[in-house]
Amino acid sequence: MKHEDRIKRREKIRNFSIIAHIDHGKSTLADRILEKTSALTQREMKDQMLDAMDLERERGITIKLNAVQLSYKANDGEEYIFHLIDTPGHVDFTYEVSRSLAACEGALLIVDAAQGIEAQTLANVYLALDNDLEIIPVINKIDLPSAEPERVKQEVEDVIGLDKEDCLLASAKSGIGIDEILEAVVDKIPAPSGDPSAPLKAMIFDSLYDPYRGVIVYMRVVEGTVKPGDKVRMMATKKEFEVQEVGVFTPKPTAMEELTVGDVGFMIASIKNVSDTRVGDTVTSADRPTAEPLPGYRKLNPMVFCGLYPVDTNDYNDLRDALEKLELNDAALQFEPETSQALGFGFRCGFLGLLHMEIIQERIEREFNIDLITTAPSVIYHVYLTDGSQLTIDNPANMPEQQKIDHVEEPYVKAQVMVPNDYVGAVMELCQKKRGDYVDMKYMDENRVNIVYEIPLSEIVFDFFDVLKSSTKGYASFDYEMIGYKESRLVKMDILLNAEKIDALSIIVHRDSAYQRGKVIVEKLKELIPRQQFEVPVQATLGQKIIARSTIKAMRKNVLAKCYGGDISRKRKLLEKQKEGKKRMKSVGSVEVPQEAFMSVLSMDDTKK
Amino acid sequence: MTHAVYVHVPFCEQICHYCDFNKFFLANQPVDEYLSLCEDEIVNTLKAFPTDRISTIYVGGGTPTSLSTDQLYKLLNTIKLYFPLQPELEWTVEVNPGSADLEKLKMMKELGVNRLSIGAQTFDPTLLKQIGRDHHPEDIDKTILLAREVGFTNLSLDLMFGLPNQTMEQLNTTLEKVNTLSIEHVSAYSLKVEEKTVFYQLFKKGKLPLPGEDLEGDMYEELRIHMAKGNFHQYEISNFAKDGYESKHNVTYWDNEYYYGIGAGAHSYVNGTRRINHGPLPKYMEAMKKTGFPFREEHRVTLKEKMEEEMFMGLRKLSGVSMNKFREKFNIEMDEAFSGVISPLVNKGLLLQDGDFLRLTEKGLLLGNEVFEQFLLGE
Repeated sequence: MKHEDRIKRREKIRNFSIIAHIDHGKSTLADRILEKTSALTQREMKDQMLDAMDLERERGITIKLNAVQLSYKANDGEEYIFHLIDTPGHVDFTYEVSRSLAACEGALLIVDAAQGIEAQTLANVYLALDNDLEIIPVINKIDLPSAEPERVKQEVEDVIGLDKEDCLLASAKSGIGIDEILEAVVDKIPAPSGDPSAPLKAMIFDSLYDPYRGVIVYMRVVEGTVKPGDKVRMMATKKEFEVQEVGVFTPKPTAMEELTVGDVGFMIASIKNVSDTRVGDTVTSADRPTAEPLPGYRKLNPMVFCGLYPVDTNDYNDLRDALEKLELNDAALQFEPETSQALGFGFRCGFLGLLHMEIIQERIEREFNIDLITTAPSVIYHVYLTDGSQLTIDNPANMPEQQKIDHVEEPYVKAQVMVPNDYVGAVMELCQKKRGDYVDMKYMDENRVNIVYEIPLSEIVFDFFDVLKSSTKGYASFDYEMIGYKESRLVKMDILLNAEKIDALSIIVHRDSAYQRGKVIVEKLKELIPRQQFEVPVQATLGQKIIARSTIKAMRKNVLAKCYGGDISRKRKLLEKQKEGKKRMKSVGSVEVPQEAFMSVLSMDDTKK
Repeated sequence: MTHAVYVHVPFCEQICHYCDFNKFFLANQPVDEYLSLCEDEIVNTLKAFPTDRISTIYVGGGTPTSLSTDQLYKLLNTIKLYFPLQPELEWTVEVNPGSADLEKLKMMKELGVNRLSIGAQTFDPTLLKQIGRDHHPEDIDKTILLAREVGFTNLSLDLMFGLPNQTMEQLNTTLEKVNTLSIEHVSAYSLKVEEKTVFYQLFKKGKLPLPGEDLEGDMYEELRIHMAKGNFHQYEISNFAKDGYESKHNVTYWDNEYYYGIGAGAHSYVNGTRRINHGPLPKYMEAMKKTGFPFREEHRVTLKEKMEEEMFMGLRKLSGVSMNKFREKFNIEMDEAFSGVISPLVNKGLLLQDGDFLRLTEKGLLLGNEVFEQFLLGE
């Protein structure tokens, strides 16, 4: 393609994503847009997807539908190229969202006509504004009986500062307002700028490991042009590769001669490891590199850590293999070997957040069939010692002795909670309980309030969201961002089972709540650990001092005293089941401890099970 | 060879809340057809797996006495006709208090039945009602009197403890009452909530106030004290007998010996193979008519399983398992077959070596399952 053709094509490109709270109708709207633009029926789309899967088998391309090229014939008679870029929907993946948004010039902001703006939506709107995106507000579900489009319009104006007259009214479900949305995309979202003849600058916003083709890089070309045979360099990792194939998803992966300014598509270049293709990194030409990478790249650092141990110590190597396989496709996952006196050999793993942690855990258990013990999640503490040195602690068991510590800092987040004003009290109580510092509270309209607290991340990582939901009947929405480290009066609390310290149960708690937490934990463990053949004392200690104690009574009676007659197989099964159950427990010292007990140290109070 | 027979009568006039045995509400059931198919099963079984003598028979249910006198006669007579009964035979029939009249008892006695197992469960009228039994405490006394009148000299009572809402006082009252009855044998079972029962439904909803592990343990110990006072000696976890009145039939199971199983849902262990009969009547009857046998499952017991069963069944007996007998049976020393299993249990005070026998200690008796599971060798 000639330079002028590329410029001409560039003018017809519109890149956008859809920002929406869960259930506000994002996928329905995306479906409607796909139908209208690719002129496909649902049925054909499904067929096409099936074709794509055949193709996957033939050519070995795995499809991840998160950047689709569509063509749209607008009212002005011109044919436009749309790239619709999907964004992950969870707070753990805020950085990925910000990069996906950075690949766009505009965004559709979908707000439910009955629910109004939610915290998650607002967080993503701010990300979009940070990236200078043109935002088109769409009030969805206007045909619902409970819809209040005027109120929500006002909210959009008051809270976000967009002109309420610019709000489009739609019902993706009933197909209302779709044409208006597509025309607004053409009219309001700017075409990409950038010189197609300049040195290549493309931003990676996602990548995927495919066993046949290596890593498939999802990227947006900002400047320059890339085609098969080109040598490219990843600017952050400095790795170089030869491009084998470039293309777009229509949604079928379709090879193209080149990707140029404004294009959003994929690149395959014999890349073995997703950690070579970091989200946010800039791809440039190896022969004619650009001087400056695109702004906004940062290496993703895990925020939440926990120990993963195989229940059966023989599974250690399998667990390592599993983590290595998962790492291929997950640049944010970190792990390193760790040893626990109680649990033996395992790994300390770092995750972006709780959801990320749960996903990995579940995949290991399900896909790799390894029973896991997960220790309570921890954050990274900065520990300043009296000798002036500093330690970074991601495992409570490694906390130095109290007398060697000068002070400890822990990570804080700014948490934003939106609720109907009836629940303000409940939310504030929860935030206080979680050691939050009040920052701000604003009424978004006469009924809805935005509450801002600074809260230690360690208090968020466990059950904050669950408790928030249950104490606000599900009305609260929640988002948070890291704001840095603050000094806290933290101490390490150890748990002893049968007078033996169990390192995997140690936690770091605030001094003021240590007694209360200790009491709750020993009671919880008493409840979770089944009776053993002997009495087991459970103790919580600070240093040498015992601050709470409970006792698991010795097993009193466990014998089949039922009339089974000649049914031996039944008896056998019962005994096998009992034996199996014990296998899933971890023998710690002489005590059999069930998996869930290791998480229980984070339970906040005894009212919640 | 096989010297024991179990015959299952799967009919009941009332279904108890805890019962998960193979049983059907009696009304409108094809009882006569069932009985004649049982006859076929006996004939075919003996043809396929002959025996020279039978030394114990147990007719259980369900409720054998829910059959009419004629029907029960037919069944018992069939058993008598085909099986080569030896003179010192033990022949037990389960009897439901209230459904065994003089006529039935006389008939049984005449045919050779010499032991009755009476399903008393408890002497507390409220508890009886709560567990879904349709008899009254007086019915138990009446049945015992009638049985004595007819000439039965070996009577056993079935009792249950650990029932919902049951108190220690209620159990004591029942046990004291039992000791006034001058019977020969007691089986005392603790309630286990099983799926597909009324109790399970209640349990799931959290509406079954079970006594809990501690009280149940206390009850079991109380039971043992009362039994000892009444001159019953305990010979198995749930079984107590006056001298010479141990149930030979049940000992067959614990000694890991062969037994025939006749009827719907019955289990058998014959010449090294365990079999389970179809439970539902239509299935049992269909299989019988088509193939002459009602087997739902067959399992050839492996050597490893035989050894495991020798232990987890045998250790139920207070006398324990004979090490000499084990060596004779399996050609291997017991502590070699279960290396690493026995001595930790001995050290924990759960097992005890007593001459030639390995047996449960007092503590082990209460924690039997903890011991038994250790004798499963796994893959």
